[in-house]
This record gives sequence, C-alpha cells and structure tokens, in this order.
Amino acid sequence: MQGISENSLGWVIRYRTSELLKGWWQPGILLAALIFSIPVLTIASFLLQPSGDVWQHLVDTVLTDYLINSALLTLGVGLGTLSIGVTCAWLTSLCQFPGKKLFIWALLLPLAMPAYIIAYTYTGMFDFAGPVQTLIRDWTGWGYGDYYFPEVRSLGGAIVMLSLVLYPYVYLLARAAFLEQSVCVIEVSRTLGCNAWSSFYRVALPLARPAIVAGLSLALMETLADYGTVSYFGLGVFTTGIFRTWFGLGDSAAAAKLAAILLLFVFTLIVIERWSRNRAQYHHTTNRYRQLPQFQLTGFRALIAFVACLLPLLFGFLLPASQLGLWALDTYTVMVDASFIRLTLNTILLGLSTAVLAVLLALFFAYGKRVLASKLVFASVRVVATGYAVPGTIIAVGVIIPLAWFDNTLDAYMRDQFEISTGLLLSGTLFAVMFAYLVRFLAVSIQSVESGLAKIRLSMDEAARSMGYKPAETLFRIHLPLMKGSVLTALLIVFVDVMKELPATLILRPFNFNTLAVRAFELASDERLADSSTAALMIVAVGLLPVILLSKSIASSRAGS
Amino acid sequence: MTSQLDIENLDVSYGDNQVLRQVSFSLQPGNIGCILGPSGCGKTTVLRAIAGFEPVLGGRILINQVEVSSSIFCIAPEKRDIGMIFQDFALFPHLSVADNIGFGLKTWNVRQQQTRVRELLAITGMLAYGQAYPHQLSGGQQQRVALARAMAPRPGLLLMDEPFSGMDIDLRKQLAREVRNILKQEKLTAILVTHDQHEAFAIADNICVMDEGRIQQQDSGYNLYHQPANRFVANFIGQGVIIPATVESSHSVRTELGCIQGKLPIDSETGTAVDVLIRPDDVIHDDNSSETAIVIDKSFLGADFLYYLRMDSGIEVLCLAPSHHNHKINERIGIRLDVDHLVIFDRI
Repeated sequence: MQGISENSLGWVIRYRTSELLKGWWQPGILLAALIFSIPVLTIASFLLQPSGDVWQHLVDTVLTDYLINSALLTLGVGLGTLSIGVTCAWLTSLCQFPGKKLFIWALLLPLAMPAYIIAYTYTGMFDFAGPVQTLIRDWTGWGYGDYYFPEVRSLGGAIVMLSLVLYPYVYLLARAAFLEQSVCVIEVSRTLGCNAWSSFYRVALPLARPAIVAGLSLALMETLADYGTVSYFGLGVFTTGIFRTWFGLGDSAAAAKLAAILLLFVFTLIVIERWSRNRAQYHHTTNRYRQLPQFQLTGFRALIAFVACLLPLLFGFLLPASQLGLWALDTYTVMVDASFIRLTLNTILLGLSTAVLAVLLALFFAYGKRVLASKLVFASVRVVATGYAVPGTIIAVGVIIPLAWFDNTLDAYMRDQFEISTGLLLSGTLFAVMFAYLVRFLAVSIQSVESGLAKIRLSMDEAARSMGYKPAETLFRIHLPLMKGSVLTALLIVFVDVMKELPATLILRPFNFNTLAVRAFELASDERLADSSTAALMIVAVGLLPVILLSKSIASSRAGS
Repeated sequence: MTSQLDIENLDVSYGDNQVLRQVSFSLQPGNIGCILGPSGCGKTTVLRAIAGFEPVLGGRILINQVEVSSSIFCIAPEKRDIGMIFQDFALFPHLSVADNIGFGLKTWNVRQQQTRVRELLAITGMLAYGQAYPHQLSGGQQQRVALARAMAPRPGLLLMDEPFSGMDIDLRKQLAREVRNILKQEKLTAILVTHDQHEAFAIADNICVMDEGRIQQQDSGYNLYHQPANRFVANFIGQGVIIPATVESSHSVRTELGCIQGKLPIDSETGTAVDVLIRPDDVIHDDNSSETAIVIDKSFLGADFLYYLRMDSGIEVLCLAPSHHNHKINERIGIRLDVDHLVIFDRI
C-alpha cells in the first residue's frame, strides 16, 4: 500500500505539472500568434478607414497606373514562369535526354539569385554603355539611336528578370507532381489510345494542375512582394507606390491604404494556393508506384530538350553569376574594406539571431500543436504561417505604425506623469527589423520543424515510454537525433532569407545600419553596378546553400520509394 | 494460479463519448489473449489503457497483481513492465536493428545487453540484419524487429496492436504462427488486438469479442464459433444464417428444414417462437433428402463449394458441400440438417 500511495502522489504531481504546462502553453501560442499578426491586422484595418486628401490625390493620379502595371507584371511573370517551369519539369521528369541528370538539380540554381541582383546585372550588361551594346557599336560603327535595342529597365525587362528567377517554384512543384503520378494512370491512358503527347495533355497535365497552380501562386506572391527590381527599373507598382507615398508624400495612412489593397491581392493568392494544395492531395488515386516510363529523345528532339533546359539555367544563373564574378574580380580589392567587413558581420549577426529566434518559436509552435492537439492552436499556427506570403513592404509599414504608436503613447504618458521623455524606444531599432523578419519568415522555420516532427510518429514516443523511458529521456534519445536535420535546415533557410531580404530592411533599419542587400541596392541605385557586385555575389553564394540542400533532397526522394 | 492481467469494470471515454463500458477480463501467466472486434469497437483503447496511454474513467487495471490504473490513479507507461508492438511498428529510424532491440535494456550491463540482443536476433531469424537500418527492411522483417524489441526486456505483459495489419494474407498467417511459437518459447504473457478472426484463432489461447465498447463474449475460438453468446458474435465469427424456429421440447426445435436436437436443455417454453443459427457446415447436401432448395449462387473454395440456397418459403441458407458435387445455379438440390451445436436466440 505504501508503494501505491507514493506512486499516486507522484502521479498527482506529474498530472499537475502537465496541466500547468498546458495552462500556459496554449495561451502562450495564442498570444504569440496575435502579436505576429499585428502588422497584417494593422494594414488590413486601413481598408476600412476614411481616406484623406493624399489618398484622393493617389486615386486621381497614379492608382490606375499601379493597378495596371501590377496586373501586367503579374500576368507576364505568370506566363513566363509557367512556360519555363512546366516545360522543364516535364522534360526532366518523363523524358530521357543527354544532360538530364544535371538539369534536374541545376534548374533550381536561379532560386539563389535575388531578382534585384539579376536586374542590376542585366542592366549593366545590356545598357547603352554595357559590354553588349558597346560590342555591337564597335562591330557595326553605329552610334546612339542608329539601332533598336530592347530596354532592360522596362516593364518587359522586369517580367523577364522575375520570370528567370521565380520559375523554379513552378518547376519544383510541377516536377514533384509529375513524378508522384502513378505510372498506372499514364499507362491506362496509353491502353485507351493516347499517344505520348496526348497522354501528357489529357492525363498528366490535368493531374498536375493543382500543384502547378500552387507553384504559380508562390511565384506570383514573390512578384507582388518584389521591391528591388521594380524600384530599380523605376516602375510604378504597388510596392514602389507604398515607398513613394510614405517617403515622398510623407503620408503613412495613404501608404498603408495602398498596402491594404496589395494585401487583398496577396490573400487571393494565398486562398488559391491553399485550395490547390488541398486538391492536389485528392489526386492520388493509388499508392502503387514503379519506375516511371521514360520517353527516350534522340537526335533533333534531344537537342531541343537540351536547349530548352539550358536557356533558363544560362540566363537565370550562369550568365549573371559569371558577370558578377567578373565585376567582383575587378573591384573587390577596393570594395572589401573595414566597412564592408562590418557590414558582413552585421548581416551574419542579424541573420543568425533571427534564425535562432525563428527556430525557437517554431519549436514552441510545433510542439504545442503536437502536445495540445487543439483546434485553436492549429488555427493560430496557420495564421502565423501566412506571413511568408505578405510582401516585406507591407510588413514593414505594418510594423512601423503600431511601434510608432506605442513609442509615442508611452512617451506622452511618461512625460505627463513623470516629465521624462522616453523617445523612440522600439521604432528604428533592430528589434523592429527582427520582428518584421520573424513575421515574414516564421512560416519557413515552422514548416521545416513540423516536417521533421511529423517523421517522429506518436507511436515512437509511446514505444520509448513502454520501454521504460521517461518523457524527458524520450525527448533526448529519440527527438533530438531525429530533429537535428530539420532544425539545422530551418536555421539555414531563415538565415539566407534574412540575408536576401531588402524592402523591410530598407524601411526599418536603424540609422546607418546596413546589410549586404541594402548596400548592394544602394550602390546599384547610384549606378555603381560593378562596385555592388561583391556584396551581391556574397548573397548569391550563401543563397546557394539551401538550394543545394533542396536539390539533394529532391534527388533522393520519390513518392512511393 | 494468480493472473497476470486483471481488468475490472473498465470505463474509458474521450470527452463525452464513452468508448469502453464495464470491460472486465483476466489473463493467466504464459497465455496469449486476444481482443477481437470490428474497427471502432474500442479494442485499441483497451490496449492503450493497459499501457497507460489512456486515462481511466472507472474500474481498474492490475498487472501482476499490482494496481496500475484507476479513476484516481495512473502509473506512467515506463513503470508498468510492459512491452508494446505498434500497428506501424514505430521502429526508431536513426538506430540500427540491434540498437532498436537493445533500446529497452538500458539498465542491463553491456555484456548482458549484447547477449540478449543476439539471442533475439536469432529467435526472430534476423541475425544477418543486426547492423541494418529499419528503412532497409521489408514489412515482415520490420515486424520481427518490433517483436524482438518489445520482448527484449522480458516484460511482464506484451501488448500487440494489430501487428499484422499492413501485410498480405499469406505473410499474416505465417507470421502469426511464428509469433505464437516465439511467445510460447519465451513464456511471455501477451495480448493481441485485431479485427481478423483467423489471426485471432491462429495466435490466441483466449479471445474476447468486443463491440460498441463492451465485451460480448470471452472464450476459445472453437466455442465462439459453435456457441456464440449473442447475435453479434454469431454474425461476426464465421458464416451462417439465422432462421426462424419453434421450440418443440426441452431439447429440440422445429425449423422448415426439420427438427434439430440440442445437447443442452432449452430455456424457453415449448411453442415459443425463436431463431436458430445455421452454419454452412450444418447444412448437408444429400440427394436422397426430401427437403430441397434452389441454388441461387455459389463460390468455389477449392476442396468445397459454398452454396447459397433458397428454400420454398423464401428463407436462404448456406451449405458447404465437397467440390465434387458441382451443381448449376437455379438447380434444385436435396439438403438435410446435421447440427452439432444448437444455438438459439430469442426472437426480436
């Protein structure tokens, strides 16, 4: 009896602790979700607020332009990414031609290239004073105005730039969808009289459509979020409009209202993406997989396939990366100085600390979901994970408004009560920058941590418990070794995303605080393209790391195996 | 003999949904028990309550005479001296087969651990795979590793949750026999949860049939088939039909197919309308019989045909006949009853 009463006391204590844990965990998650939703909620609230004079002025003058340009840009990038992405995905998943193995992963390389960097590079190469036009003039003896050359810094140019670096989203999801299709379905279509091409159009493509649409929505979210390219090209779209209204006209309410309209478009894309992803799951009609049949391409057809895959790789990565390399070789001796090193350290420190925070929060959310298994928690995590779709510009404006309000209110109160001025406590600090990063990139870390956690089935926890391991020992012996990989991946991806991020950093950074991305953007904006190359090249080089990870993982995994 | 597992009046609920009601049974040391029932009947919940993964609303659970669960009391799973095999095996993907098997032996010294792991690899026929990782194994091999891992610490009670569910039929039968032999060799007390009666018959000494959170009958496979306690068990175990009858005397009933004599006295009074269970092997095909029925369907089972017959009254029965009696559909054939166990249910 003695044993039992001791045990029961122990049980009561354990029970209490676990209740206590749940008692703060769930409210903690809800509170965190609320805090990270503040920027988006702030912006959304401007949809309902009355408009001022500046807004009326915007409506009368530039709003139509913003709408038309954004629509054209989205449409163009949509068509561009679709045609490149689906073609390459089809060729590398179901056809056999020389170089295919290489293209499968190399086609992902443009993901490492931020759009604004490719934009400077091509401008430098194809501008009037750039090497290409100079060469043409040298050969032909023509002068200025004697010949036609497409203008890189135009809407069309922006469409090409963004398509070249964003097609991998479509490629990645479309290829996965083609590979996941059961070979039976394709073979059935062959027995029913479809040849190779009609089985593509009538079976494979419709089956892959939800995945393709999901990939397309991701590419379009990035398009709407882009600031660097459109700003550098001087295009009037929503993101540049928000900047101009805020810093040019000095009207934060009108800027927020523009942001709110952009947010509407983004949410439409989120809805489309989620809906497509759900539909994609229903398309698995069977779980039987075999090595997919390959269409063997030879001769002229093989050459066309080869060129079709080479072009996006060449123009999306190889050419701009080489140009950056050449420029950097010329300029790095001048550019790499004490301030450049300080800037690099800034970037690394900012990236690392954000990544660590993002992963800790992701663990907090993901384990919360697993332990609490409550609908409220699921919904909260889902809300937090929408941040990835929201453009950095919107988040920055959505961060700055509530922070300024908080600072001013506190300042007024302290002055009123104690005659102390607290000044700006949070606005214009690294806190604001990191908070904005977390809003945008928490989704990335949560996704990575959750996918790692999903591999540890609940039955594994229970198996360890049934073999005499306490919960803490289970965490240490089972979870730690199994979670290591996905936690490191999450750290890496957030780090790289922070490093590449431009608009939010531009708006929120403390005075005189620079990152590599900001520095590259500033130099390029001052027409010092060659000088910007060292910073740009570093961003691209670090950006390659997650792309390599990604290509390794898609090379080793296939549904059903 | 004192029992190894006692479950007394167990109630468990998920929120407002009571999934177990007054479940009681016991298991003797060295015996293999089985909880058999359709999906959603609560059988897995019983197992999880025994393991300590589900809290108990009422009643109690004793393992080896020690109370481990009651409404106010719950010993942690790791202190219950149990081993468990999960439906998905739950092998640890980062550990080799040998390390998986040795996982539960943390309190043993290294030499003992090595000996025990080797012993289990040998028993399960996995000696060549000690250094392999779970993803390199086939389903049947993973199942063996899961069994070895759960048995390694010599638990007082081994729990198996649908351990053969992911396998094809031939492998199931073979593994079920293997597992039974291994458990008997190790003298383990074990309890299996399944929805497959053949699996239950192959492995268990004692079977509890469950439905809707209640135990319907606890008995041997033979008795469950021949003396089902109620209509659910009669329908769930084996094939057969329930046809109307009238009580004729204290030991016999009259049906359309004639009089059936029982060995045990009938509770109901003479003249009462009742139902009787007729198994396919109770209906004998006999060309000389005066009773006839029309073949409406048949299925070939190899040595036997299973005939679906309709009698003149419209009542349908099943008949198992040797397969050299090959009759066509719509043919009229002679049948007679040869019932070994008379099973009577009150008319509802």
